[in-house]
Amino acid sequence: MTTKFTPDHEWINIEDHEAAVVGITLHAQDALGDVVFVELPEVGRTFKKGEVAGVVESVKAAADLYMPVTGEIVEINEALKADPALANTDPMGNGWFFKVRVADMGEFDQLMDPPAYDALLKTL
Amino acid sequence: MTELLQTPLHALHLRLGARMVPFAGYSMPVQYRAGVIAEHRHCRDAAALFDVSHMGQLRLVGTDAASALETLVPVDVVDLGVGRQRYAFFTNASGGLLDDLMITRPQPGSAFGDLFVVVNAACKDADLRHLVTHIGHRCGVVPMPERALLALQGPQAAVALARLNAAVTQLVFMSGAEFDLAGTPCFVTRSGYTGEDGFEISVAAADAAALAEALLAQPEVEPAGLGARDTLRLEAGLCLYGHDIDERTSPIEAGLTWAIQKVRRPGGARAGGYPGAAAIEGHLAGGAPCKRVGLVGLERVPVREGTAILDAQGRKLGSVTSGTLAPTVDCAVAMAYLPIDHAQTQHEVYAEVRGKRLPMRVTTLPFNPHRYFRG
Repeated sequence: MTTKFTPDHEWINIEDHEAAVVGITLHAQDALGDVVFVELPEVGRTFKKGEVAGVVESVKAAADLYMPVTGEIVEINEALKADPALANTDPMGNGWFFKVRVADMGEFDQLMDPPAYDALLKTL
Repeated sequence: MTELLQTPLHALHLRLGARMVPFAGYSMPVQYRAGVIAEHRHCRDAAALFDVSHMGQLRLVGTDAASALETLVPVDVVDLGVGRQRYAFFTNASGGLLDDLMITRPQPGSAFGDLFVVVNAACKDADLRHLVTHIGHRCGVVPMPERALLALQGPQAAVALARLNAAVTQLVFMSGAEFDLAGTPCFVTRSGYTGEDGFEISVAAADAAALAEALLAQPEVEPAGLGARDTLRLEAGLCLYGHDIDERTSPIEAGLTWAIQKVRRPGGARAGGYPGAAAIEGHLAGGAPCKRVGLVGLERVPVREGTAILDAQGRKLGSVTSGTLAPTVDCAVAMAYLPIDHAQTQHEVYAEVRGKRLPMRVTTLPFNPHRYFRG
């Protein structure tokens, strides 16, 4: 299991050959505050890396959810839609956003590994 | 960028784990460790302490102060009784709103002047210039930057504050007087901006942290930041200056007609005589073309400031001036200005959010009932 991170404070975790799981980091949920709403992409839609695939909103603000890699959405987290606070309480686990079939593993490999992301957080 | 100002409670905020944000030139706590929703709920259920020291405090001094102030606000100040407080607004020549404010008349001879005034943080420099320019020759206009302002709000605010000085329970909603709290003289009003019972406390900056600690030591009291203050006032249907009201809004459109007492309206003993009186009297007589309304979302999607409001045919009716997913009423709420023919309660309109049209229903304000203590 490999987890990578984006500069937009999302994580992506290659679960198996079928799909990668995407969510927001502990830092992202902390910066957003209490999450009250998520808009998730349609299953079956394909997005390019960097495209806006959804929205996460706290009481205070709305933030776009960017596609960390190019690929097709294969599943969304219905539990998160029903209980958006999962993004705060378990952002790296039950608060995941969607699963994507990664089109190009090269894009995945270029993302930050945990030490690189930790280094980024230290600069903030 | 100029350096952000700090309130006298800055060190306390940091110690309490506040997230500090820039607001009106100050570094202010937007939330503490509990988070906006928990802080909001604590205020509705118990008592919350807010630092509102960024707001402007000033006193007007002199026997002519009330008459002088009436030349700038369409509000009855002259007849304001000792110990009474009133909501008011400065108007401009076209009848728009320059700022909204609270006016209290302290006991004669008080160090808080003949009139004690609290204005918005972002407007306080302009308000001070406005006062000095227009009425500075008739009364003393004395800013009070040496004082902090704390708001203790919630159904248990009175029981908590009474432990510091039992006499504060004499106050009713929209009244104020001087009380010693934690060994320091304070000016306390029974008012606030959350829709709950509560108090605003003017305290010397040097004593503010000790008073805040004494309040936080009460079992009912938890700190709350500007995030919760905003969701609380929105649920209470109260206007935030610069968002829900500004220099282009007339008080009639804003639904603030109640704040213009009869004595200042046409036919009253001291009618008019403030900036923009002709425009405001026109709206009083003939009605305003649009009106501030409450909107409740039929879907659980936040509808935020700036969102376009459309009719069933997709024509734009207006824009949202404040909106959020409200923690206590537990749905999307917003305020917007709509043309009168779309402003009736139960009327359905549509908020355009990310290309989708979300149905919303016009509703009476406040969204959450006020629970003021009127004695």
